[in-house]
Amino acid sequence: MTIASQAPAELHGASAASTTTAPGSAPRRRRKSLTENRWGYAYVAPFFLVFAAFSLYPFMYTAWVSLHRTSLSNIDGGTWVGLDNYRNLLQSEFFWNALRNTFTIGILATVPQLCMAIGLAHLLNYKLRGRTFFRTVMLMPYATSIAAATLVFSQLFGRDYGLINTMLEAVGLERIDWQSGTVSSQVAIAVIVTWRWTGYNALIYLAAMQAIPGELYEAAEIDGANKWKQFLHVTVPSLRPTILFTVVVSTIGAVQLFGEPLLFGATNSTSGGSSGQYQTLGLLMYQQGWSNFHIGQAATTAWMMFMIILLIVGINAAISRLRNRAER
Amino acid sequence: MIHSTKGRATLGAALAAVLLTAGCGGSDGDAAADAAPYDPNAPVTLTVGTFGTMDLDNAGLYDEYMKLHPNVTIKQNNITESAEYYKSLQTRLAAGSGLDDIQGLEIGFIADVVRNHGDAFVDFAAEENAEELKGNFYDWKWGQASTEDGKTIGLGTDTGPQAMCYRKDLFQQAGLPTERDQVSELWPTWEAYLDVARQYQGKSSNKFLDSPASIFSSSVYQGETAYNDAEGNPIPEESEGVKTAWGYASTAASEGLTANLEQFGKEWNAAFSNGAFATIACPAWMLGYIKSQLGDAGTGLWDVASLPGTESSGASNWGGSFLGVPKDGKNVEAAKDLAEWLTAPEQQVKTFTEAAHFPSSPQAAADPAVVDATNEYFNNAPTGKIFGESAEAIKRTPIGPYDTQIQEAFTTALTDVASNGTAPDAGFANAVKAAQQAIGG
Repeated sequence: MTIASQAPAELHGASAASTTTAPGSAPRRRRKSLTENRWGYAYVAPFFLVFAAFSLYPFMYTAWVSLHRTSLSNIDGGTWVGLDNYRNLLQSEFFWNALRNTFTIGILATVPQLCMAIGLAHLLNYKLRGRTFFRTVMLMPYATSIAAATLVFSQLFGRDYGLINTMLEAVGLERIDWQSGTVSSQVAIAVIVTWRWTGYNALIYLAAMQAIPGELYEAAEIDGANKWKQFLHVTVPSLRPTILFTVVVSTIGAVQLFGEPLLFGATNSTSGGSSGQYQTLGLLMYQQGWSNFHIGQAATTAWMMFMIILLIVGINAAISRLRNRAER
Repeated sequence: MIHSTKGRATLGAALAAVLLTAGCGGSDGDAAADAAPYDPNAPVTLTVGTFGTMDLDNAGLYDEYMKLHPNVTIKQNNITESAEYYKSLQTRLAAGSGLDDIQGLEIGFIADVVRNHGDAFVDFAAEENAEELKGNFYDWKWGQASTEDGKTIGLGTDTGPQAMCYRKDLFQQAGLPTERDQVSELWPTWEAYLDVARQYQGKSSNKFLDSPASIFSSSVYQGETAYNDAEGNPIPEESEGVKTAWGYASTAASEGLTANLEQFGKEWNAAFSNGAFATIACPAWMLGYIKSQLGDAGTGLWDVASLPGTESSGASNWGGSFLGVPKDGKNVEAAKDLAEWLTAPEQQVKTFTEAAHFPSSPQAAADPAVVDATNEYFNNAPTGKIFGESAEAIKRTPIGPYDTQIQEAFTTALTDVASNGTAPDAGFANAVKAAQQAIGG
């Protein structure tokens, strides 16, 4: 019987009342409901205030800055250029290069990562000895800081003194200049991302798997389905909402990929490799804003990234809605 | 009912507080306007913003000044990475608050500060003792911190006159002379240097130099122009200095004469102790860097010869810093006194003897403590004489606001030429594109 548990019911009642009563009495009723639910508003207010100060305001300010030609040391003193920054960005080969890299690294990192995560979750779902140990170990990479992990990986992938090249040589293969090639550098970065996020996604899948009723498996077994068929026809369909969630979250993460490519290079340069072969959109934005000090350009890139994310999430939602409709 | 108004008031206050915190920052710069007469003996705390290893503290200068002036307390705020330092300096200049009483200014961004924030700093050329101050510095050093209309916003600390460091043992193994005078005679020009490199490469399994950037970054400043025209406008594509430097550096890159390491990167650092290369372009401050990478085990491995030249010049400068005093600070007069003292010739001699930073003052460079200095770690090389002669011959190459970014564009493209076999002409075109991207906006 707390106030918080009452609040939603009252809110619901109030809104229903205001839609059914005559227009003339509505303002009085609304004010009344405002005061009656004051604790509800007070409880949610901190989030919205912090959100307004640290998310909404910077968000709108970035949009405003992106319409100006301005530098880091003189943010408010720029000249209005309208949509020029957007036009220039769309004509810039650096933008398209970064977009392409973001896309390919995203695919290289996300697809194997989610497939491996489902597989691992499936294995962990069996009654194993030391299950808790394995589950904890899976989450360890996620708990490691990006910077620390990337620095270790970039040493492993080192051209002259890296462990991986030493091992390649030991088994008679050619050394690889991981940083300078396009494919090799992107694979290396995808490995870092995959290493970090596989366990995290596996645990999400595991949680969802444990919610699948055991009767489904029993029924499948009676029907003669082996473990693989069970996985394919019981587990995966039941996980579909969870898979969609992880795909959306991983995609957003992939579009924003920044720390790994920044720290992967030898000198933490923002150019993303000697020919920009692993410069992502996040890195391009950082280069524009904090290496070249063109804040207007950087704000433009930030907004383009935001719109790309909206687009991808929109496509995802549309696909899942179509599938749902098709199944019904 | 009473309860409800109270609740709303609390809410309103919380909202106001949040909005205030979000909106503040940047309106407390007028405090200095009401100027009280300057009392040199009043107790005062001065803050000095520095980056990397300017070593003013390690040379013992703050302690000495505080001993001479018991009323002064000096605090240093150091940021290791010069690029990070510059970002925070820019945001503070934009906000007009949070600046230290004295700010270190690096050659990589002094041109930007001179051009875009000249008014935020004290003009030393307008001081009563301007002539005396100017006489303390090399003309080119004073010029780098001066605006076109003759304001000077920074006093020089160190400089980076250049030489060429070489591994004595590796030279001996390859059958090359090892005495520094003979080595200097091997490479009067960069063409000759490349010939020696080819000769060395035939007899040795490791590489002749660390990176093509070693050639590029030092020879680009040997021409009449580096990255800018006489007015300080960037001209990376047309500049003779850039073209000449690119020619030498890309030749070395495409012929595989370098270990193709990115300078200041992890593998570059590791390569010092692995003996992966035999020469490296050495600004005065690089000696300290080599020593810090090799430690005591490297004593006597390296020696110092002169830098190869171009047709127009043999001398070249890489790096160096200044001290500026923000105009709106609370202790401008006291800060000016400190900045002038820190950069005076006597103190520059101490920074050289204590921390191996080469002076930006000809008087300091002529001091016996500098001229006769030898470096034990580098086979007792007469570093005072070598760098002094180099500093004397440096010409004022115009600097510009985007030198750091342009230089990175070219050295990155050189890495591409060396590791991916990109044709030098294509590499040059890529570098110019990346430089234009940095400039435009």
